[in-house]
This record gives sequence, C-alpha cells and structure tokens, in this order.
Amino acid sequence: MTANQATNKQTPLLEVHNLQTGFKIGKEYFNAVESVSFSINRKQIVGIVGESGCGKSVMSLSIMHLLPQGIGKIRGGEILFEGQDIVDYDEKKMNGIRGKDISMIFQEPMTSLNPVFTIGYQITEVLLNHQDITKNEARTKAVTLLKNVGIPRAEQIVDEYPHQLSGGMRQRVMIAMAIACQPKLLIADEPTTALDVTVQAQILDLLKNIQEVNDMAIMLITHDLGVVAEICDVVLVMYAGKIVERATVEELFENPKHPYTKLLMEAIPKMEEERERLATIEGLVPAIKDMPAVGCRFANRCPKAMPECMQVTPRLGESAAEHEVACLLYEESWPKEERVGAR
Amino acid sequence: MVKYVLRRLLGMIPMLFLVSVVVFFLAKAMPGDSLRGEIDPTNTNPEYIAEMQEKLGYNDPVYVQYWNWVTSFVQGDFGKSTRYKMPVSDLLLEKIPNTVFLALTALIITYILAFAMGMYSGRKPYTIGDNLIAGFNYTGLAIPSFVAGVFAVYFFAFKLHWFPFAGSVDIEVQNGTIDYWMSRIHHVMLPAFILGLFSTASYTQFLRNDLIENSRKDFVRTARAKGTPIGKIYNVHILRNSIIPLVTFLGFDIASLMSGAVITEKIFSYPGIGLLFLDSVNNRDYPTVMAITMMLSALVLVGNLIADILYGVVDPRIRLG
Repeated sequence: MTANQATNKQTPLLEVHNLQTGFKIGKEYFNAVESVSFSINRKQIVGIVGESGCGKSVMSLSIMHLLPQGIGKIRGGEILFEGQDIVDYDEKKMNGIRGKDISMIFQEPMTSLNPVFTIGYQITEVLLNHQDITKNEARTKAVTLLKNVGIPRAEQIVDEYPHQLSGGMRQRVMIAMAIACQPKLLIADEPTTALDVTVQAQILDLLKNIQEVNDMAIMLITHDLGVVAEICDVVLVMYAGKIVERATVEELFENPKHPYTKLLMEAIPKMEEERERLATIEGLVPAIKDMPAVGCRFANRCPKAMPECMQVTPRLGESAAEHEVACLLYEESWPKEERVGAR
Repeated sequence: MVKYVLRRLLGMIPMLFLVSVVVFFLAKAMPGDSLRGEIDPTNTNPEYIAEMQEKLGYNDPVYVQYWNWVTSFVQGDFGKSTRYKMPVSDLLLEKIPNTVFLALTALIITYILAFAMGMYSGRKPYTIGDNLIAGFNYTGLAIPSFVAGVFAVYFFAFKLHWFPFAGSVDIEVQNGTIDYWMSRIHHVMLPAFILGLFSTASYTQFLRNDLIENSRKDFVRTARAKGTPIGKIYNVHILRNSIIPLVTFLGFDIASLMSGAVITEKIFSYPGIGLLFLDSVNNRDYPTVMAITMMLSALVLVGNLIADILYGVVDPRIRLG
C-alpha cells in the first residue's frame, strides 16, 4: 500500500516504455511488439486499433504476463503500473495484481468460461483470491455483480453453467468477473467482436457505465474504429507491432495523418455514400519473421510510399497537440540526425 | 434420472436375452459334456451313462434344454456345478468376494499411480520425468499380463520373497483378525499391480494428453487473469475437465478388471472367479461357465450404465433432467 500512497496523482496509471515482446519460431525470437511506448491515465479509455496480427493482443497479454508459456516472452522495456515496474514480476507477484488491480476480458465469451463450474463459482473465485471474505459473502457479492452488469434472474443464474447462457450474457459474466475487485485498469481484448451488433452496443454501453461508476481506466483493443469513436478518449493505431499514430479521438477522426489510419477510415462503410465496393488496403501485414529491419513497415502497402521509406525508420513524433505520428511525410517523424539533410 | 436408469435397465433385457442364447449354444457347441464329472469314475458301464444322460436332460431337444436352463436362471437357480457338486450360485458367492477385492485393489492402485504420474507428466510435458513415465507406461502396455505376471512371481515372490506367490490368504490366520486382513492385502498386492498395469498405462497417458490439451484452453487464461495460482488452476480448473473422458474408462474397467482377472488369477493361483472360470472350462463344468459368462456380460452393461450416469455427474453440459 505504501507504493499506492507514494504515487503521485499526476503519474499515469500505466506507462509502457519500449516494450518488446517476442515469439519463438524455431530457436530464434522474433518481435511481435517492437518498441512500443504509451501511457494510460486514471479513468481514461484508450483504444488500440489495428488489423489482425498487428500485435495489439500480444501487447495486452504482455502487460498481464499471460503470454503463452515457453513461446512468448517480454524481451525488453518497462511496464510501469502505478510507478512500479512489473516486467520482472514472478507469477506470485502477478497473481496479486491480476484480477485485483488489472483485469482482463477476452474476445471469445463462448470459451473463456470454464464449462464445468457454475457462474457463481467462477465469479466468487476472483473475490476469494483477493479479498478476505467468506464464501457466503462472496456469493452475495456475485449476485450483486451479476445484477450490476444487467443479467436478469441473477439469483438463479449464479447457480447455472456457462452453456446455459448466450454469448452476450457470457460476456456480461466475464465483465462481472473482471470488475469484481474494482480494478484500476480493465483490459478489454476485442470484447464485442464475437457478438451480434445489437449486443455489441449494449456491451459497450455497459463498459462505459462501469468505467464512470468505478473510476476505472480501460484499455480497449479493437479493430473496429466505430467502437473507438463511441467510447474512447485516446486512440493508438498500431501496425506490424509498432504504434504509427496516437491522438485524441476527436483529433484522430478530424485530422488523421498516417496513410494507414486514413485507409482504415476509408474502409468504414458510410450510410450516406453509395459505393459499389468498400475500400480495402491491399496486401497483408508482413509475418513477424519477414519484418524489414529498417524503414517503415507499412511502406510496401502504402499508396504514398517514397524511396526513403525503405531506408529510414520513422519515429513517433508530436506533430500537433495530443497528436503523434510515425510517418516520413511528417518532419517530426524523421530521426533527429537526418531531419536537416533529408528535407 | 430414476426414469432414465429404469429405462436403461429395461433396455438390458433383450440384450441379456441375446447374450444368453449365444452363451448357451456356444457351451453346447463345445466338445464333450460334463457327464464324466457326474458319474462314478469306476462305473463306465455304457448303460449307466445312457441312464444318466437321460436323467440330466441331455437327450432333450436343444430348445427344451435352453428353455429349462434360462427359466431357472432368471429365477436365480444357476444350476448345479457338475465338478463341485454344489449349486453354482453358492460357488460364485464363495469366489466373488476374492475377485472383487482383487479388482478393487487393482483399481485403487491404478488410480493412485495414474493420477500421480498423469498429473506430473501433464504439468511438465516433454521433460525427463515425463519421458520416463511414458517409457514405463508403454512398456506396461506392450508386455502382456501373462508375461509380466510370470516375471513378477519369479522376481518378487521366489527371488525376493516380498510377496507370496499363490493363494489369497495364509492358512494359519484367524478369519476377521487384523492379521487376516493384512495377510489378504499382502496376497492381493502383486496380482492387483499386474492386473492394474495395463489400465494404469492408458489412464496415465490419456490424463497427460488431456491435461496438456486443456491447459491451452481459453478458460485457463481467464483463470490466470483472475490471479488464481497455477497449482489451483491445474488441480481444479484443468483436472475437473480432464476427468470427464476418464469416466469412459471406468465403465470399461468394471467389466475388464473382472474378466482380466481370469489370466492374472490363474498365474497367481488366486482363488477367484477367473480361476474358477478356467477350471470349469477345463472340466466341462458348463453350468458354471455359463453363469460366469452371463455375469460378466451383465457387468459390461452395468459398467456402461454407471459410466453414462457418471458423465452427468462430472459434466454439467450433459446432466440428465
């Protein structure tokens, strides 16, 4: 608790510096997340956007130390949670944080719950892990939590099994579990991707509500810019393991800078326009084995690519207030030593 | 639930009827009959044999013989053992406790070994310990029990004198005393271990693979995200899921341990159903052979029923209404 008291209100809740997470392919490690830095303030909702395979899930699993054991590994950088570097925390220390200070909900509500235990057991487990309460108290709390996440018949549901619930209901149960100990940060890894559109909106409303009531920060991972626009404060756009743009939601939607962000926005279907086909981004994210060592990782798919894009690695530079971009089209992104000569 | 069990029990009747037909005619098809056991060996007078054949009903048409046998069988009269000159039911009641004791001990040994080894291998796959366990198990699977049994008797009974080589209890001990039970346990250990070796191997490897598979499931990640210690995740979250397929084995085991005991009991001269069965076949004691075969067939059906009921207990997704 001394750490908490010592933490200044001004310091961000979560600070990530130069995080590198690698996966073992054969005998070598390849980075799926490459030098990512960002921070999340208290009560802030930060959206992380990018297409499949860009490293957004890996990043969130790194923060939770939930990478597949023996395959994925944090290879460098710092993860400061309330000022404490948790990169080197062992399982025991992490178990003190997971579910209590940072909790997580996942994309697949159908498989994320244990099929052979009751909903009640699975919610009370997290309470009993972190709080000094009796089983009966935990059960009463579980019913309250289920009511709070909008589950009808909570008294009965608490004794039912996951297979008796729909996907949306299961995701609500996951949320109830995640907020049980009133964590300071909730990592939501594509929480609505597997759900119907109508249910998606309900779940997002629920998350937003809980965030306001519990004063919790949310790191929302999604590939859906619509979701971002709806509830996020700040957006990070990721591509191939790197952050390519960071801005407040208003700024990003009014003034997207990175060609990748612009293309992502064009790929959103719009009601008012009549188009034969939806815009797409040609090509795929390169496999992590085939990442170019230097240059912009988006260069091979970028419509505005210049010869320099293959030789100079852009850095994330602030181009406007609360707006950073990593693209050589913007002077801020050039490495300092080359900035003068190149332009 | 009760309705389900009753329905299943009713469904067994036609099955058992078919089994009884097969058992009876197979027994009839075997060469020779038990006359040589029933008549006075000094009296080989053909007239006497003919008289006895008539008296025992061997000259009746086959379907009459079947009818006589099956009607008395369902009334609990399994006939009279031609060899032991006593009702088969009394004979079975005398031997069944020994075999049940052997089978239960084998099952307990199997469970203790399989869970200890399976949990270790499942948590630490591809380590030296896991490979050693796999080596032990595949050896156990590969060696037939009659070979393993003979070697076990040779080494552990004759060479090392750790265990007795025959019987189910010492003669001198008093029935009911602690010494008596200790002696029985001492006698049953070696045959039970050999009997359980085969299923230990399959249980262990099955449990190991299921633990590995389940440890990669999403719900394990959820449990870790809740701050649940890894030991509890294995012992509660994963194991509870991995028990489900093992229930299938339990159903088989109930019957296979009883019938598997045939060979083991012979090797260890352990006076149970298996030894009785083999002796009865050799002596053409068909009433006993048929009764034991019927009993084992019924056990297979009951074993499957128990497994199906247990599925509902361990897996809420298929719980019966």
